[in-house]
Amino acid sequence: MTLVDYLPIALMIILAVGFCVVMLLLSWRVGPRNPTPEKLAPYECGIVPLQDPVERFPVKFYMVAMLFVIFDVELIFLFAWAVNFESFGWAGIGAMAIFVALLVETLVYVWKRGALDWNVARRLRNRRVVAPDPAEKAA
Amino acid sequence: MNFWLELLLKLALILAVMLPGALVVIFGELKISAHMQSRIGPYFAGGRYGWAQPLADGLKFMQKEDLVPAAADSMVFRLAPYIVLMGTLATYVIIPFGPDLVVENLDLGLFYLLAVSSLTTLGVLMAGWSSGNKYSMIGGLRAAAQLIAYELPLVLAAVAVAVQAGTLSLNGIVASQAETVFTIGGFDVALPFVLKGQIIGFLIFVTAGLAELSRIPFDMPIAESELTMGYLTEYSGLRFTMFFLGEYAGMVAMAAIVSTLFLGGYYLPFVDADLLNVVGPLVLVAKVGLMCFLFIWIRWTFPRLREDQLQTLAWRWLIPAALVNIMLTGIAKVVL
Repeated sequence: MTLVDYLPIALMIILAVGFCVVMLLLSWRVGPRNPTPEKLAPYECGIVPLQDPVERFPVKFYMVAMLFVIFDVELIFLFAWAVNFESFGWAGIGAMAIFVALLVETLVYVWKRGALDWNVARRLRNRRVVAPDPAEKAA
Repeated sequence: MNFWLELLLKLALILAVMLPGALVVIFGELKISAHMQSRIGPYFAGGRYGWAQPLADGLKFMQKEDLVPAAADSMVFRLAPYIVLMGTLATYVIIPFGPDLVVENLDLGLFYLLAVSSLTTLGVLMAGWSSGNKYSMIGGLRAAAQLIAYELPLVLAAVAVAVQAGTLSLNGIVASQAETVFTIGGFDVALPFVLKGQIIGFLIFVTAGLAELSRIPFDMPIAESELTMGYLTEYSGLRFTMFFLGEYAGMVAMAAIVSTLFLGGYYLPFVDADLLNVVGPLVLVAKVGLMCFLFIWIRWTFPRLREDQLQTLAWRWLIPAALVNIMLTGIAKVVL
């Protein structure tokens, strides 16, 4: 593996960008250019926007991103292990089982702490309307 | 032949096959969805069967105004479609069409796929963030959360294939699916990975792949009924077309990857290696067509998942199942 082997990828990316540029130039040549303030306003189905785009959004999205980083690092190690699997045998399986178990433990912990539950508050509220939960009332 | 000329010819050939392939899939989606809903679908452009509809759509989009909203971050807004299309087209480089018909047989093939497919996430997030629109913002965030959550089961399912094949090179993976498993009456029978113990992996991979493509039932980022068009809301004209083309080019790429990893790729039983260079592309295209049909079929069969159901499916079901699948594959490989 030398750097030359990655040349087609660079070329492909250049071709992709070139394709887009040519198409956009064509479109620029053919299409109209007549912007008005109404066209340039944010699209809200014809209603004048009252607020800027949300600057507050559910913290769950951050949680997903953080969990992803943890598991993505795991994946990199898994790939290195998968390629050399033949030469490791049972020892490899044991080592990887311990490593994966540690990460699964993270997942279980996060799961039990409720980080994977979306909309807990709303679900509890809805449940109360339908059928009052005695245990919850006591708490 | 000149090195540069050969390389450019290969790349041009791949683009010449795959981009019209995306158009064919768009047409297939129009027609198949129409028939699944007891409609006729496009019938005007290109004669009775409406085969020219995707081309006509492209030409129409080209004549539309390319708007950049005043509230948008202009530079990021303009760049986002390039990044999406770039990430998708870059996967085509390593897909093998035959034993020798591959632009570049990277040793790190599968790993490279993981790296390149992340580019799309970046483009989508850029589009959502830069549009200066609520719908785009929410759509972009949902898309990012969904794409990264489903990347894990996707890649974990691929790791099990890597364990079984013992290589990350896509050519190597196809070659290991061409190995003889048993012999019946003088015929050597080779099985693709989906029949060689990777059936769970295949199901996980296809499910996660659909989510990576943001197709129904995993289309929360776009969710027309609540977010207009999600991160695409502010895009018009050709920039919208680039996202659209990227989506279908991505579908073809995903179908090709599924075919290569699980369905034996270009390999056809009882055909020797020399002939496989001729027949291989046809076999792969047939498998890609089959997978694309499956994707379209699923789209018109299942209702959309809610955001919490979506994340639950990824974290509580697919990722543990994929980890178990890797362990089972490993144990089976050591024992057998």
